[in-house]
Amino acid sequence: MSRALRTVSGRTVTLAHGGGGKAMKDLVDDVFVREFGGGGGGGAPGAPLEDQARLPLAAFAARGDRLAFTTDSFVVDPLFFPGGDIGTLAVCGTINDLAVGGAVPLYLSCAVIIEEGVEIDLLRRVARSMASAARAAEVQIVTGDTKVVPRGACDKLYVTTAGIGAIRPGVALGVHRAAPGDAVLVNGWLGDHGAAILAARGDLLLETALASDCAPLHGLVAALLAAAPGTRCLRDATRGGLATVLNEIADASRVGIAIDEARTPVRAEVFGLCELLGLDPLYLAGEGSLVAVVPAAESAAALAALRAHPLGAHAAAIGSITDGPAGRVVMQTALGGQRIVDMLVGEQLPRIC
Amino acid sequence: MKHVDEHRDPDRARSLVREIERAALQIPASVARPIHLMEVCGGHTHSIFRFGLEGMLPPALELVHGPGCPVCVLPMGRVDDALAIAAQPGVIFATFGDAMRVPGSRRSLLQAKADGLDIRIVYSPLDALALARRHPEREVVFFALGFETTMPPTALTILAARREGVGNFSVFCNHITIVPTLQAILDSPRLHLAGFLGPGHVATIIGTAPFEVVARRYGRPLVVAGFEPVDILQAIWMLVRQLAEGRAEIENQYARVVAPAGNAAALAAIGQVYELRELFEWRGLGSIPRSGVRIRAELAAFDAERRFAVPNAQVADPAACQCGEVLTGALKPSQCRAFGTACTPETPIGALMVSSEGACAATYRYGARLPVIA
Repeated sequence: MSRALRTVSGRTVTLAHGGGGKAMKDLVDDVFVREFGGGGGGGAPGAPLEDQARLPLAAFAARGDRLAFTTDSFVVDPLFFPGGDIGTLAVCGTINDLAVGGAVPLYLSCAVIIEEGVEIDLLRRVARSMASAARAAEVQIVTGDTKVVPRGACDKLYVTTAGIGAIRPGVALGVHRAAPGDAVLVNGWLGDHGAAILAARGDLLLETALASDCAPLHGLVAALLAAAPGTRCLRDATRGGLATVLNEIADASRVGIAIDEARTPVRAEVFGLCELLGLDPLYLAGEGSLVAVVPAAESAAALAALRAHPLGAHAAAIGSITDGPAGRVVMQTALGGQRIVDMLVGEQLPRIC
Repeated sequence: MKHVDEHRDPDRARSLVREIERAALQIPASVARPIHLMEVCGGHTHSIFRFGLEGMLPPALELVHGPGCPVCVLPMGRVDDALAIAAQPGVIFATFGDAMRVPGSRRSLLQAKADGLDIRIVYSPLDALALARRHPEREVVFFALGFETTMPPTALTILAARREGVGNFSVFCNHITIVPTLQAILDSPRLHLAGFLGPGHVATIIGTAPFEVVARRYGRPLVVAGFEPVDILQAIWMLVRQLAEGRAEIENQYARVVAPAGNAAALAAIGQVYELRELFEWRGLGSIPRSGVRIRAELAAFDAERRFAVPNAQVADPAACQCGEVLTGALKPSQCRAFGTACTPETPIGALMVSSEGACAATYRYGARLPVIA
């Protein structure tokens, strides 16, 4: 049974588009269902809409023995930036939260809060990039919600996604599992997303070639886990950057971590921007940045697997887990000194994702 | 990045450390051990911690982190005054980001922003002037902070506002000057500092001559230093060599940037816009004569202290706080009774715990924290 998609009229979103009536159905159909597919799971766009997505348990059972479930909200400013937009971020961010648990991401939800007055074309662009990011990552956006708030009650557009996936049998990643002697790996350049957003805001009148590293990491994670099945834990280095992730691991595992500045990959442009603004690249967000703790015996295989993947070409082993004071992260500086790398206090950059 | 790399060369750093070790052995026994050297400038403090320089030095040398972080020495009363201005109808209060978390007596700018005041972070005083042009119906006030380094940009912004006839822009001036403060430290009866790393950015503006008093009257060597790690190590080596040779002179390690006479155009702008205040209060150090500037009467229209009713709040430093002793080098940050317990970067009591250039925040974040039980 199929139906024709409704079309939305007018150029901008009004409060009527959030009212639950005909205008809202027009908007949802024309913008979201058209891009995401209908019928609760990538069905034909004209499939009937229910109040929930109905997902086959077999899809999960075929891929794993546990469900992973996560949610994230996105308020990035600006909405569009080099390397992505709020839509790609909302898809990749939630996929990555599933991926670093060792899960195969399968289904996403998408809830939007729209400020009255936003152009419908802008929504269409965001929906289109969400659909294309989801397609590329082989996940489906199967349910959603649309709210419109009066002008000034939010800033243009906020997106919330939730994601559900299946964890492969035998995979047991845990932030508490790092042990002295393990190696700490990253998949490449750190802090690109944070630096790109900062440059894109235009307050600094800087021209840079920086782009967000926003990317779905589950393919890379699968390759890593195949090569290094003993991997202890994975995290994506988003808000708070590498420094925050390492502190979380050191704290949860009650271990020390020692990293080497000279082996820590930061692009010259990102480093330069940080120098200029007094920021520390260790605290800058990436959106395609993976941190892995692997047993020493699997470190070489893990590094080779990361480097063989397009998202891991610049992967590096940056340090190791130590039996130093529990919870303390120490960096050997490129100059030969040592310093503590602590948790970030307050906020280095607001509205980065 | 070439420009920066040569000043971060690990081989060069190692060889300087060896030279420092060698020269330190020659320092006569009449100089008390450990030998305390103060870096005056917060920018140096930040670099020292960030690159882990302290741990590379021989144990006979100890660095003392001085008062050169403008945010750290801002007294609570001035934060309260800033909030009083920001609370007036129609005001947009523009500030550098690092002032946001400095505690006033009741709240910080960050808390006041959350409470609804229109407080905005800018990267330059010119951004604040641009805000004033964009919002002619509002009053834009720029929170001017800093030593001689940041005086010229504020001054040029005020002059630009006058030239363009921007009538809704003013400056809450908290600029301070470093030499009287150095003298206040040198006058301290408990002085135990053997020498000083001089502030490279301030010296870029004022030159090296104003520091002569340190050598002449107080008999202490001072080396004006740049901010890259190799700069700092080289300046320490120059200081140690002076001590070993029994000299007390003003030397300039940062000659690639600092001219002996300073920057004439910047000094002219400073002279045109500011005049010395009789007294200015510093957090932890009390009132120091002729250590702050205000905007000259002929530019009164751009002076927020004249445009708005400012309460001139006098607030004593918190009792638990030993910022003064830390600022003068009498105590290390970790020896303050509040360090790491009542006073942390999340809940700072003293401003030294707020700014990344503050000695306490830097020690807490990068350096020797309270011992962790392993």
